[in-house]
Amino acid sequence: MIPAAFDYVRAGSRDEAVALLGEHGDDAKLLAGGMSLIPLMKLRLAVPTVLIDVGRVEDLSYVRDGGDHVAIGALTRHRDLETNDLLAAECGVVRSVAAEVGDNQVRHRGTIGGSIAHGDPASDLPAVLLALDATLVAQGPAGTRDIPSDAFFEGFLETALAPDELLTEIRVPKTGPGGFSYEKFNRRAQDYAIVGALATRVGDATNVALVNMGSTPLRAPHVEDALASGASPADAAALAADGTEPAGDLNASPEYRRHLARVLVCRAIEAVAG
Amino acid sequence: MQVSMSVNGGAQGHDVEPRVLLVQYLREECNLTGTKVGCDTSSCGACTVLVDGESVKSCTMLAVQAEGSSVTTIEGLAPGDELHPVQQAFHEHHGLQCGFCTAGMVMAAVGFLDENPNPTEREVRLGLEGNLCRCTGYQNIVDSVLAAAASKSGVSS
Repeated sequence: MIPAAFDYVRAGSRDEAVALLGEHGDDAKLLAGGMSLIPLMKLRLAVPTVLIDVGRVEDLSYVRDGGDHVAIGALTRHRDLETNDLLAAECGVVRSVAAEVGDNQVRHRGTIGGSIAHGDPASDLPAVLLALDATLVAQGPAGTRDIPSDAFFEGFLETALAPDELLTEIRVPKTGPGGFSYEKFNRRAQDYAIVGALATRVGDATNVALVNMGSTPLRAPHVEDALASGASPADAAALAADGTEPAGDLNASPEYRRHLARVLVCRAIEAVAG
Repeated sequence: MQVSMSVNGGAQGHDVEPRVLLVQYLREECNLTGTKVGCDTSSCGACTVLVDGESVKSCTMLAVQAEGSSVTTIEGLAPGDELHPVQQAFHEHHGLQCGFCTAGMVMAAVGFLDENPNPTEREVRLGLEGNLCRCTGYQNIVDSVLAAAASKSGVSS
């Protein structure tokens, strides 16, 4: 399968990438690792006329201590998250969930920013951002702005990024090495989650995020409220699918996805309960 | 557009369309057909090659993305007539049946062992999760990778 023809330009810096986006407008797409975009282009579900390759913008690949948070450059590859000591100590959930993305080959190429900017509700890392109330930093022609994770995912493959904006950094709070459980259900080890459930616990608060239970990655507020009110994990998890509208496909019907969400959320919150 | 890279230690340069995938480039421009196209959807791993030492699925990478990189395919693994230790282990432990997945399996295993030279059996299985064998010959493939690890480290743990 061959993508439709396009023009290819390589951006040497973040400023150049933003300038190229401004120049080429809606017809352009940013290419990072390409693990989401290239398959879509091969199926011709995405037909950009200009690809702006940001894969070599080296100053966007880093994991840094930001004081009260860990700052992750948008072009940091999953493999580099998976093997990062600072993340393992200060925000272990990012390290651990990054290791669940795809397979070795995919993690060698794929980037955290590319995965997030793609806005796929079946991806693993967006759930982490939602559960941690992470902050995303975007750069546009007028400068940079912060976007809270709960305002980032707007629809299926749609995000709050403007067409001329580049996601540059992800800031995650320091939650320590543990205090989380990610339950990913799929048929083959390398696949996207049919449904995934992430629970994180900081102090007395348990946050729960859902993968592939709607057109965007989701929080499960009913479960969180029930837990905060003292409900048992089983009783709280029974509410996991409330308010969701999961899609049906060849792997699972909507009803089966709701069932999986209840089961997986129960496992995840039991695992993080004191 | 012009693309140049090192493939198996030799310089390659061609004028290609940006949409040409790395696997097409290797097979059709460099005439290196050891790398296979299996699923063509980045699931099966038959197209695995090393780019700057790391395993990637060459059906899901543009040739232009490899500009200036060093690419290793199955043809470049053995320096001469002697097999690479991973190839030797696949030979000795019958790590293949029909052989279609083998080039990708071997390249994925070489990349994996470079990152994890002394893996457990479970780590081998996880390390090869991106490669499918439709003959379902996984047991001997895993045995081969473990044997290669043992032979490279010199002492079996």
